[in-house]
Amino acid sequence: MTSTDLLSILPIITLVAWASILLLVDAFNRKNKWLTPLLAAVGFAVALGLSINQTTASYTGFNNMVAVDGFSAYLNVLFAFSGLAAIALAYDYNKRMNLARGEYYILLMFSVSGMMLMAAATDLIVVFLALELLSIPLYILAGFARPKLDSEEAALKYFLLGAFAGGFVVYGVALAFGATGSTALIDIVAAINAGTADMTLLLFGAALILVGFGFKVAAVPFQMWTPDVYQGSPTAVTAFMAVGAKAAGFAALLRLFVAALPTLYDDLFPIMWMLAALTMIFGNLVAISQSNIKRMLAYSSIAHAGYIFMALVTFGQSAIAPDAVAAALFYLVSYAVTNFGAWAVVIALEKAEGKGLELDDYAGLGSKYPALAAAMLVFMLSFTGVPPTLGFMGKFYLFRAVINGGFYWLSIVGVLTSLISAYYYLRVLVIMYMREGEPSVESSNLLNLTTGLTAIATVVLSIVSVPLFRWASQAVLQLF
Amino acid sequence: MLPVSYYIALSAILFSIGALGVLIRRNAIIIFMSVELMLNAANLAFVAFARSYESLSGQVFVFFIMTVAAAEVAVGLALIVAIFRSKHNIDVDQMSSLKG
Repeated sequence: MTSTDLLSILPIITLVAWASILLLVDAFNRKNKWLTPLLAAVGFAVALGLSINQTTASYTGFNNMVAVDGFSAYLNVLFAFSGLAAIALAYDYNKRMNLARGEYYILLMFSVSGMMLMAAATDLIVVFLALELLSIPLYILAGFARPKLDSEEAALKYFLLGAFAGGFVVYGVALAFGATGSTALIDIVAAINAGTADMTLLLFGAALILVGFGFKVAAVPFQMWTPDVYQGSPTAVTAFMAVGAKAAGFAALLRLFVAALPTLYDDLFPIMWMLAALTMIFGNLVAISQSNIKRMLAYSSIAHAGYIFMALVTFGQSAIAPDAVAAALFYLVSYAVTNFGAWAVVIALEKAEGKGLELDDYAGLGSKYPALAAAMLVFMLSFTGVPPTLGFMGKFYLFRAVINGGFYWLSIVGVLTSLISAYYYLRVLVIMYMREGEPSVESSNLLNLTTGLTAIATVVLSIVSVPLFRWASQAVLQLF
Repeated sequence: MLPVSYYIALSAILFSIGALGVLIRRNAIIIFMSVELMLNAANLAFVAFARSYESLSGQVFVFFIMTVAAAEVAVGLALIVAIFRSKHNIDVDQMSSLKG
């Protein structure tokens, strides 16, 4: 192990070491409830700084098992921000719901370190380890509100389906190893180019890995766990897993298929085409009939996975893929910002025992709490893809790339389903502004700050979206 | 020495039994055991391929997978115990308080 190896995973080491120290700190400090979240936030801030520092770097560590490049740095910044946002959402919520235990923030750090490892992984075994490192803390977090039955059920469902998905991934990795004699992406590419790889076996392996990650990113037909898990988990956890687990899953898929397996394009793109189209259609159609906001946002997250999947469909077209992957990275940020904001509003209205989560509970919000309603307006418009919001720019770049790739029907499906989605997103606005009601809001400074910042970011970043998209475009260059 | 394809066929059968078990069985513990069967099918495939390539790396991966499986067991069984305490039942078909 050389110092380059250690440097390559410095943000991850920092998070894991810091989280381990925090376990001790938390064990001896049961009085000051604010200490562990504060220290966890410091850890995320340090990891954020280290990740930003790696933006222009390009090297590999541990014998090509991890890579430090623009792609990993871009996503690591996103994950570190997600960790910070998750703390901000959870702090008051946990106190209110009687969940104020320090392990929460430590598990959050372990999960984020797994996501960061996923973005950097260039070896299939590391991908599998990262998948488990990010998932196992999430299983616990989903059940954090135990002995509340909903939360326990969500955790068990998430665990069983997650372990099932992990089984697919690892068997796919085994087959890819059998086909090429290595699990390092660089050696897999070399074996394919040298013609020594067993392409049938590799295709089976890649398909199994695709299925496994299909579960993780909640693509149809592997989405059945999503609504239950999102509804049953504590809301702050839901917000985090909706962003983090999805972004990490797409990070692995994008790197694997774009960087290592473009030769399988002809065999796999029809399957991915179907997955993307089904995910967009199913997510948006089923979301219409939901009356619980958590379930509605869960189906909406399935639908957004479908949009990001569109970028993956182009993975073998070397002329289009860089632009499409950059669009996917941009979309992940736009989704993350909007998503945290929307969930912050949901948390502000949620009461104990799962009250305050029906859409009807939002009636009258527009007149009683105009600022909060305005923020929700921004988030719902951004989810729909209406300018001037980040969601619009995300969809714009994504559809542009997909149309350039010649996938006209797929983009038509995307546009039509976006129109459908307007129905249920705008319904929230109609309920907020046009119905009388007595909403009650549990506000706190941290939550208001998060809501405000994400709402401002949603609008401002859409107006000055070019630098962010340029960063995303540069981030993907080293993948090819 | 048996050809590697025999081992791979056996591992594919084990994997299919595991996957079917997850889909068909309703007891959370049995589902979990089926998942472990899937992981062990991958282990068998890894060892067999490592033997045919005469490389050690495939055998090392098996230890990674076993470690991960152990970590999963620790969390998974704790979750199953927690839900058994509240419901006195671990049949996944009975877990229907979340619906919509």
